[in-house]
This record gives sequence, C-alpha cells and structure tokens, in this order.
Amino acid sequence: MHPPDTTVAPDLPEPHHIAPETLLYLDGVSVSFDGFRALNSLSLIIDRGEMRAIIGPNGAGKTTMMDVVTGRTRPDQGEVLFADRIDLTALNETEIANLGIGRKFQKPTVFENLTVFENLSLALRADRRILFTLFSGISPEQTGRIEQALETIRLTAQRDRAAGALSHGQKQWLEIGMLLVQEPDLMLLDEPVAGMTDAETEQTVELLHEISNTHSLVVVEHDMNFVRDLDCRVTVLDEGQVIAEGPMDAIQSDPRVIEVYLGR
Amino acid sequence: MGPLSSRLFALESRRGWTVFMGLAAVLMLVVPVLNLVVPQDAWLHVSTFWVTTLGKFLCFAMLALALDLIWGYAGILSLGHGAFFGLGGYAMGMYLMRQIGERGVYGHPELPDFMVFLNWKELPWYWFGFDSFAFAVLMAMLVPGSLAFVFGWLAFRSRITGVYFSIISQAMVFAMMLAFFRNEMGFGGNNGLTDFKDLLGFDLSASTTKVGLYLASALMLGLVYLLCRYVVTSKLGRVLIAVRDAESRVRFLGYSVTRAKLFVFTLSAMLAGIAGALYVPQVGIINPGEFTPAKSIEIAIWVAVGGRGTLFGAAAGAVAVNGAKSLLTGIAPEIWLFFLGALFILVTLLMPRGLVGVVRQWHERRAIAKTSRSDSHASA
Amino acid sequence: MVHLTRKGRSGGKILGTAALGAALLFAAAPAAAEPSEADLHAALQALDTKKFKQKAQAIEHLGALGGPRVLEVLGALAKGRLYVREDGRIVIAERAGKQYTIQDAASGRSEPKAGKKELKKIKVNNRLRRLIRGVAGRLALFSDDPGQRLEAADNLIKNPKPQALPLFRQARDRETDDAVRAKLEIGIAVLELEADDPALRLAAATTLAEISDPDIHSLLKRRLQPDIEPDPAVRDALHSAVETIDRKLWLFGIAENLLFGISLGSVLLLAAIGLAITFGVMGVINMAHGEMIMLGAYSTFMVQEIFRSVIPPELFGFYLLAALPVAFLMSAAMGVLIERGVIRFLYGRPLETLLATWGISLILQQLVRSLFGANNREVANPEWISGAVEIAGGVTVTLNRLCIILFCLAVVAALAAFIRYSRFGLNMRAVTQNRSMAASMGIRTGQVDALTFALGSGIAGVAGMALSQISNVSPNLGQNFIVDSFMVVVFGGVGSLWGTIVGAFSLGIVNKFLEPVSGAILGKIVVLIFIILFIQMRPRGLFALKGRAAGD
Repeated sequence: MHPPDTTVAPDLPEPHHIAPETLLYLDGVSVSFDGFRALNSLSLIIDRGEMRAIIGPNGAGKTTMMDVVTGRTRPDQGEVLFADRIDLTALNETEIANLGIGRKFQKPTVFENLTVFENLSLALRADRRILFTLFSGISPEQTGRIEQALETIRLTAQRDRAAGALSHGQKQWLEIGMLLVQEPDLMLLDEPVAGMTDAETEQTVELLHEISNTHSLVVVEHDMNFVRDLDCRVTVLDEGQVIAEGPMDAIQSDPRVIEVYLGR
Repeated sequence: MGPLSSRLFALESRRGWTVFMGLAAVLMLVVPVLNLVVPQDAWLHVSTFWVTTLGKFLCFAMLALALDLIWGYAGILSLGHGAFFGLGGYAMGMYLMRQIGERGVYGHPELPDFMVFLNWKELPWYWFGFDSFAFAVLMAMLVPGSLAFVFGWLAFRSRITGVYFSIISQAMVFAMMLAFFRNEMGFGGNNGLTDFKDLLGFDLSASTTKVGLYLASALMLGLVYLLCRYVVTSKLGRVLIAVRDAESRVRFLGYSVTRAKLFVFTLSAMLAGIAGALYVPQVGIINPGEFTPAKSIEIAIWVAVGGRGTLFGAAAGAVAVNGAKSLLTGIAPEIWLFFLGALFILVTLLMPRGLVGVVRQWHERRAIAKTSRSDSHASA
Repeated sequence: MVHLTRKGRSGGKILGTAALGAALLFAAAPAAAEPSEADLHAALQALDTKKFKQKAQAIEHLGALGGPRVLEVLGALAKGRLYVREDGRIVIAERAGKQYTIQDAASGRSEPKAGKKELKKIKVNNRLRRLIRGVAGRLALFSDDPGQRLEAADNLIKNPKPQALPLFRQARDRETDDAVRAKLEIGIAVLELEADDPALRLAAATTLAEISDPDIHSLLKRRLQPDIEPDPAVRDALHSAVETIDRKLWLFGIAENLLFGISLGSVLLLAAIGLAITFGVMGVINMAHGEMIMLGAYSTFMVQEIFRSVIPPELFGFYLLAALPVAFLMSAAMGVLIERGVIRFLYGRPLETLLATWGISLILQQLVRSLFGANNREVANPEWISGAVEIAGGVTVTLNRLCIILFCLAVVAALAAFIRYSRFGLNMRAVTQNRSMAASMGIRTGQVDALTFALGSGIAGVAGMALSQISNVSPNLGQNFIVDSFMVVVFGGVGSLWGTIVGAFSLGIVNKFLEPVSGAILGKIVVLIFIILFIQMRPRGLFALKGRAAGD
C-alpha cells in the first residue's frame, strides 16, 4: 500500500484491513504526562523493508513515539500493532525486543565496563533465556558474525577495549553495530549521527542505506542534510501529531511544516 | 576433555589456578596439620580456637561472595543478606537442637528446652523433619532461597532498584529480627538456639570435630568460589554487568532483567544460607542478633574493602575486616566501632575498587613504568 | 444526739448510748464549722481506752465533729502516731532520733520533745483502720477543698455502701461545685440502683447510661445477671444503658487509638521530616540521620545540665526553649560537616553515600557513648508539659505527647513556609529541579547543597529535642528511628512533603489500631510487611511524581 506522494496524512485503513506489507501500525495513540500531551492521537504506518525518517521540533513526541513502540511507555489510548497484528501495548520491553524490534537511544548507551566484543556478543541474536545464558558458550560462527560487524562499524582495532573508553562517535557506531548483530526486523534509531563529524555522518548514511536493504528502519533526526541524504519518505511530527508525510522535497514546500518547523 | 570440564578449566588463568590451589593447600592442609600434628607447645602450633575462628571467617567469606555476586556484579545492594545467612543458621540450629534429645535440662525426648519452658506440648509443624541432617541442609538452602525468590520477584518485577531496594531489604531483615525475637515464633526468642551437643554423632566440643567443621567450611568456600566464578564468567555474568551499567538498555536487547536479577538474587541467598549453616555449629549459637540491620550492612563493607566486582577481593575483604575486628576488639572494644566507621567512609571515598583495585593500579603503574623505561632504553 | 462528757483521765469512758452505730453517723450531718478545741479535746480523750469497740465509737464521734483537725488526727491514728502523754492528753508524736517531736492533737500546737517512756501508743487494728478510712472519706466529702471533695466522692463511688446514700444526698444539696455535684449524682445513682423503689432504680439506670465508665459498665452488667433485677422495665432500662455505654466506650476506644496514632504519627513525622529533605530533595541517603536526632537529644540534655548548675531553679522550666536553637544548630553544624566532608564527593553514587553515612553513624554513636556513657541519660519534662489531660470519657493523654503533636505541626508548617517563601527555599527548589540551569543563573549550588543538608539535619536535631521528652536518651536513640523514618519517606513518596506527612500519620494510626489486635511487635511486623508490599505496587510511594523522567 503506497499512497501517492502527498503531504497530507494518509487515510488510515481500519485495523482489520491492515495490508500484509505493513510492519508497524500506530493508530490514535495518545500519551500524556502530568497534563502535558506528548502524543496526541498519533497515527503512523511503516511498511516492511521501508526506511522512514521522522523529524519535528523539540517536544514533538518523536522519542515518546519510540518509547511507546518499544514498550517503555504505555499509551493512554490507541493501537500499536506489529507484524502479524501483535498488540505491542500488552508487552514489556523485553518481549518487544524479542519480537524483533531493536532500538538505538538518543544518548548512546553501551555497556561501558564490557569490551566492544562483549557488547556485541550480548546483542548477538541468540536464545535470551537466563538459564541458556548461564550454560551457553559462543560458537565460531557467532564469533565470525561479530567480527564481520566489527568490520562494518570500523571498530576491529578496538575489539578488546572497554566500551567506556571509546569516543562519542565510536559509541554511536558500536550501538548501531549492536543493532546489526541483533538482527531485528525493525530498527528504531534515535538521532544516530548526533555528535558525529561530517565524515562519520557520511559513512553512517552509507551504512544505513546498506542496512535498509535487509531491514525496516525508522530514523529520528534533527540534521536536515542527513535526512535529505537518507533519501526516503519523511514524516513530520508536531505536538504529538503527524502534520505531514512524503518525500523530502514535498515536505520542504509544505506551508504547515514551514510554519512549525523549518520556518523557525 | 568434555565441554563442562573445559569450561571449568577456563574459569581461571594459569596464574589464577596456581593462587587458588596454593590457598587451598594452605587452608586445607597446612592449618589442620599445624593444629593436629604439631605439638601444643611448639611455636608453630595453631590452637583449636584459632582454627574455629578461621573457620568462622571462611563462612563470612562465603557470605561476602554471595553479596558480591548480587552487588558487585548486578549492582543491587542488598542490606538484608543477614536474613538469608541467619535463616540458613537457624535451619542448622534446629537440626542441632533436635540432636540434643533427652540431654536437655528438662530431659524431654522431643521438645527443645525452651519449648518445655514455654509449656508447649508438642513440636510445631515447621520443626518436623529437622531431626534429619540432609533435610536441615536442604532447608538451609531452600528457605533463604524461597524468601529471596518471593521478595526478589516482588521487588524486581516492579523495578525497585538502587537505594529503594536497599531500604526495603533492610526493612525485610528488620521485620525478621522483630519476628524472631518473639517467643511465639518457636525459635527460642531472645536466646535463640544454643547448647548444641553433637552433629552427625560427632561431639561438637571435640577439637577434631572443630577441625572437621573448619575443613568443611574451607572446602565449601572453594566450591562456592568456583560456582560464583562460573556464573560471572558465563554470558549471564556479562548480562549482570550490563544490568549494573545500563539496566534499561539490557531490556531493549531482549533479556529479561527481572529474571536475571531474580536468578542471581536467589542463588546468592542460597549461598548465604549455606554459609550460615556452616557458621552455627562453629560458634555454637544462633539468635535474632544475626538479623540486626547493622550486621547486614557490615557485610557490604567486607565486600567493599576487598573490592566489589571481584570474587577474590570480596572473600579476602571478609577475612581481613573480621581479622581486624578480632584483633581490635581484643585490644580496646570501643576503638573497633571508630575503625569500622572510618573504614566505611574511607573505602567509599578513597578506594572505590577496594584492595584489589589498589593492587591492580599499582601493577598497572609498574607495567607502564617498565615499558617507558624499556622505550627510553631502546631509543638510547 | 449523743453527749459525751469527760470522765477523768485514766478511764476516758464514754457516756454513749448503745444505739450509737454506723447508721446514726451516716444520718448526722458533720458540723459545718470547725468544732471548738474543747469539744475536740473531749472527744479525743475517749480514744484512751483498751477496748477496740469503745475506740470505734470514739472514732465515729470524731467523724461527727468533722473539720480538718479531725482529719489529721484520724490520719495519725491510722499510721500509729497518736499517743497518750504522761499527763493524759492525746498527742501526735513522731520519732526524731531518740526523742519524739510532739504536737497537741486537739490544738495542733507544738510541745517540748519527749522520750519514749513518757508516751503510750493508741493501738489500732485493721478493722479500726478500715473504719478510719471510711470516716475520713466521708469527712473529706465536706471538706473546704473542692479537689478533696471530688476525690472523696470518687472513692465512695468506687466502694459503694448503701448506708452512704443519705450522706451523698446531703452533700449534693450542699454542693456548690458543678463537677463535684455531677460526681455525687453518679454516686447517688449507683446506690439507688439497689433502692427498693423501682422508680428510683429506673431513674438511676437512665442517669448512669450517660456515664461512659468501665466500672459503671460492669456494675450495670452485674445488675443484669438473672434474679437480681425483678422489674422488667428497669431491666430494659439497664439493657439500653449497657448498650449506650458499650457504644460510647467503643467510640472512645477508637478516639483513643486515633489520638495515640496521631501522637505516634507526629513522632514518626518529626523523625522523618528531616530525612524527607535530605533524601527527598537532594536524593541523598543519610544513614546517619538517626544520629542527628540523637545529637539533638544530647544537646537538650547538656542544656538541661547547664540550667541545673548555673541558672536559678525557678527558671529551670525554660531550658527546653533554650535547647531548641542549640539542638538545631548542633545537628545542622554536624550536617554541614558531613555534607562538605563526605557526601559532596559522592553525589550521583547513592549506594556509596549510603555506606559512607552509615560509617559516620557508627562513629557518632561510639563518640557519644565514649563521652556520655552507654546508659540512658535522664532528660526531665519541665513542669509546664508534665501531667495529663482528660479529653473525654476517660481518654487521657499525657501533656508531653500532646505538646509533641502541636510542636510537630508547628515544625512542619514552619518548614513548608520556609521552603515556599524564603529566598533560600527558592534556590533549593531551583537546584533540585535543574542543577546546571540554577548554577548558570548564579546560584551557588554547593552552598545550597550544604545548607539544604544543614536544614534537614537541624530539623532532625529539633526532633531529637522533642523525642528526649518521651523516650530514653541513649547513644542508640537514632537507631530506633532510622528504619521507621525511611519507611515513612518511602511510603509517602520521595520528594513530597505532603507524602511524608500523610505517610507518617497513616503509619502511626495503623500501628496503634493494630496494636490491641496483634500486640505491639507483631503489629510493627505487619506494618513493615505492608509497606514492603505496598512499595511493590507503587514503587514511588503514595504521592508519586509521574513523568517521563520518573521512569528512569
């Protein structure tokens, strides 16, 4: 289901009409904290294999939206469905992660006292049950996958260093690497290039394009140039609502978007 | 080599195994020989009193390992571990009480003296089975384990962390203390359980029995150490460290933080219970004093002094602090509390990684000095 | 009327009639005014006999005369201090070394000392003592002091004798004090319960229904036993009276528990309020908080000792007022010392703060133990907060408890106002909400931290002063409060002053309602378990702050 390129929010289908290619489906999701409406009847659809950028001014509800999808925040109302119509609002963070939704945080959070390799080995797709982790070892095949990821995120040389000793950009990369080896169906990236140099940002764009061949991606970003480079559909949030959706060019000419965001 | 034995072998580096075996040999061979074989008047003789004291310290070291597992690795500071230690001790105490039989003051074949004194007519149901050693040992692990499981399940499920967990675990042990002080509980109230006679038929006052208990403590400490080592070097160990450093991140990776914590908390409580069960026959008494909140906090300082997050440090810290306690309370009891208080302050302020951290830092500095010296040699 | 004449000093015979008995005396109104010294003298001489029966008659006669002298003489007689002197006069003598100090019984005038040989004791037996007690009690009913009259009426009610009825009526008719009259009415009603006239009994039952006293309650119940009360109407009245009293006693019981609960709650609140600041506002776990309380109590003790030795005793009662600032400043100063010396290096590491402050608590305890000894120190209640107040229907509360409730409310109000309206309070709230923003606006955050900690500690010191009035002052004082204070703060909701107040009072009240059911210790255990379970359901306490940040 690809609606025509328009900056108007698409009419959302009824839940029982969810198209088979839909991966993530949010409808009428509202969240409020102490009277402040972080999300105001938000509706959003991400297709399988799609890369989507989400922009919006501060407090537009981007991070809250991710919190709702990953189970950190329970919505006051609304539907959040994933893949084969699994209701995410009934699940906790762990269960949602095991369904195949990975997340990178705004502030890079890696396990500082573990080495880069250990960080990746924890993220590696494997049986997450506690007793299994007590008895399992790491197979050569798994080591191989980690080494490969290390190549991709250019941290091979830092393999055995404590993650806490990495630079800010390297931590961002490590977190992306952890997402890679986690092999989720849907990746949520919150400001993946914040604090990166231009060269690093460029490399990240390349990397994300590569990843988007095999995964669905949602990227929240402030950096307009980066979003343009991503070359994908863009959703604009403001005050907890979708105010526009479409390709970057169309977005940039939308008067509402200009008013609330770009024009400022 | 099978996978398990290779895992076991990989627990320690070659140097680690050498140190472990060396310590084991000193504790399990040298000390008993110095006590039993060397004549009493020789200066090398180790008195039975010191053997028992050392045995006590080894139990404390086990307790410290238990706390380190949950605090040092998973970052959960339990201020209620005295409860698990005490429960293990009570389980063993109940067995030892039942062993007294008709030799009590009142000569009742079944009821311990304090129950006769309270005019109880029959044994309460929860005392049944404790005439069996195996049952008592099982209970010394199961009771603390179950309490920890229930308490931990409630706490971890609702994500009570940090100081909140510390405070309510302290409330837990405080409630236990109040409960065990009551005569109606059927655990001897104020006086607790004491006047034990023998264990598995061995006279508790005999010095060979004391050495035997000491050996059992040393053996158990070794096993507990290896078990803990296994846990912290497994993938679960890395999950625990990850939980300590960034708990919510672990959830988004798909690990159940609640279950990981619950597993290690329950395991830790069971180990504390074992330590308590070995401790009681050596000191000859168990009373509600073990449940005072102060005692539980003291365990944390053993671990902190040695170095939390390192198993060897925790065990060594327990022995060091308790050794200092024996020494100081012997010289001037009032100094001990000043010392202990200062220890709490100075270790947290100046030695956050404990003695192990200090030694490591010293090693690293020397290594750096060495390389820079060899560098300057090379350039010369 | 009975006439007594003096008949020589050796015999002291009484010219009395055989009819002189108890009934007669109850009927006779004691003389309103003081009897003349001569009458008294004559009546006293009658005691100089060996026969107990005659002595009894003499006592009754003295009772008929009445007056404060008679009361004193009867008291002396009961204690065995009434003697016959060599010259035959009756005297009150008290041993002083080998000699006796002497006082003329009739006049009360002092006389030269006498040796043992010059005196002959007037012996009494238990029966006479009982008689004396009764006579003296009735005499007191007509005393000039309303307090004494009230006490006498009370004693008579507690030990009711049918013969006393006319006396009660007489006293009531003459009574001017309302409280005493009410008491006398009760006494009359109690006695009329057994009157022959059913109407009187009915009226008595109705009167007594208003009296919510456990003794009256059991008295009424006794009358309800089978075969005692024949009249069905009176039985009904008795029934409803018992029910009325039951209901009232139940209500009073609740009121009493509530009052005691509030009293305990205010103690908890005083202990916890300082913690609510250091833990709630700063996020610092101060395990030495209990020792701040302890220091406040010892400061009070020291101020008291200084008052005892330096200040004139009539001003002693004011030592508490002087202790208030001293206790606050002592603990506040210690608080600053702890914050600047230890805690500030540990911000952001709450578990380490917990351990370090525990170390401080151990040192402070041992320091006080070394300086003042391990035993309890006595801190006296000044007179103006000693004693008890009767609220209603036998619910009494000691004045010091009542003062603590008021004091606690005053402290909380002052604190709330201080945080709300003062410049420092504003800075404190600013630093709490956004440290770096506050710093960039020129607020010296380090100073605010230190002062906030001082405030929390100082209030703990003030709490210690208050607690010294109701509990033992010992080095362990603080330890008794530390778990409770933390429970209050955690239960109420960290960071919420309201939560702490509600938490303290509800825990206090719940505790006091549980106590009669389960016993004090089990009640405490139940409360602890309840809090542990409650925290699982609401990890942020009663008054939780909700928000995205609260989830981290």
